[in-house]
Amino acid sequence: MRPAGDARPLRLFVAEKTFHPANAAPLTALRDLSIEIKQGEFVCLYGPSGCGKTTILRIMLGLDTDFAGTLSLPETARTGVVFQEPTLLPWRTVEENVRLAMPSASRGNSLDTLFSAMGLEQLRNLYPNELSLGLARRAALARAFAIDPTFLFLDEPFASLDSNTAQQLRELLLSMWSQRSLTVLMVTHDLDEALMLSDRIIVLSPRPARVIGSFEIETPRKQRDAAEITALRRSFSDRF
Amino acid sequence: MSNQRSLAAALYVTGSLAAFVMVWAVAAWLWPSRALPSPAAVLGIFISETKSGDMPYHLSMTLMRVAASFTLAMVLGSVIGVLLGMRQRLDHFFNPWVILFLNLPALVVIVLAYIWFGLNEIAAIGAVALNKIPNVIVTMREGARTLDPRLSDLAAVYRFSQWERFRHVLLPQLEPFLAAASRSGMALIWKIVLVVELLGRSNGVGFQIYVFFQTFDVAAILAYALAFVAIMLLIELIVVQPLERHATRWRRQAA
Repeated sequence: MRPAGDARPLRLFVAEKTFHPANAAPLTALRDLSIEIKQGEFVCLYGPSGCGKTTILRIMLGLDTDFAGTLSLPETARTGVVFQEPTLLPWRTVEENVRLAMPSASRGNSLDTLFSAMGLEQLRNLYPNELSLGLARRAALARAFAIDPTFLFLDEPFASLDSNTAQQLRELLLSMWSQRSLTVLMVTHDLDEALMLSDRIIVLSPRPARVIGSFEIETPRKQRDAAEITALRRSFSDRF
Repeated sequence: MSNQRSLAAALYVTGSLAAFVMVWAVAAWLWPSRALPSPAAVLGIFISETKSGDMPYHLSMTLMRVAASFTLAMVLGSVIGVLLGMRQRLDHFFNPWVILFLNLPALVVIVLAYIWFGLNEIAAIGAVALNKIPNVIVTMREGARTLDPRLSDLAAVYRFSQWERFRHVLLPQLEPFLAAASRSGMALIWKIVLVVELLGRSNGVGFQIYVFFQTFDVAAILAYALAFVAIMLLIELIVVQPLERHATRWRRQAA
């Protein structure tokens, strides 16, 4: 863990979060859920499909304020996000999409370093519908990094990609994370991915989601080879 | 490939218009009458009216009214339509009003506007706009209902300013609906403007047609009407289509 300017953690407590669909019974997505993430941590949120992971992320992003509970996020937080779908503006080029997300003061800065690190330098003037899903995800990641975030929220950013592309993007993410003072919260239902990337895995119950437990990974990332991941996987399934 | 295709399209348009004029010329030759003047006679009137300055004057008066009521209807209709599309309760409340105005005959609106506000320019332009506003509302309301909430989330997370949201998120999503509303708006509005001019103005194409109707001068009526149709066609080709191509350039497919 590295030092950071604002050392306060992100704290979320949800007593209850219930959806009220127009034509169906109310649906309680979260209950008695409490999450704390320290500065500089890389945390994965792991749970079964449909348990409310995305809802937690939306609450943390301030996109959903209709819940009983409290959220505290450092005032100075700059938040980058990669949604489940790349969510680029289709009528703006890759570069315009990235620049629009940046604060107006830094909008004129050169993006050459970022684009070449992300392998996007040839694609800056393309429109999103000219990109493959993998490249669009890459552009969405570049956009999140361009604002030099203190918090990065990722919602299954590597789902439905072929394993090579996914692996390549994971490595990119790790190298970007290690260069900055950055806190990452990544939603995933891929256990291997979580074991490979994170400092800590927060395990959620099926709906209504609450935290079952926390799985700390002490092994340095460089030593997490196939054998180590298998071992981690075993000790994970022993506990959960 | 696309050049060849646009050339072919241009040939079709020219050929089709030429055929129309031919049929008209033959009919006028077979049945010589003041009620069906030949294309040449209409062209003659067009030239003499243009030389006297009447044609440009009346065309520009009508064009001014079309532009003013079009702008008014598009701006007001879009704002109201988008609001109704985004706020369901507001929509439930005001929907009957929209249906009422949608079904109010243009003539009634025009006559009432002249009675209440006098035979003046503001009443004329307002009446035309009022006829068009409900159509714009309905189209833009549909557009606002299709807005992608994921893009609004994106704008919120990355803290887009109000102006950036409008310019980069809202407007491009509404663009196809704006285009549809403008298309049908242009066609409807210029026809209503003619009625407004006929009933209560002393210039414009509608007024001229009224004057020539008194003398059954069909050649002059056609000269004015066709001249205005030609202007609207030019606006479509020179302004509307290039704007549309520019706005949809991102839709081109990957090679």
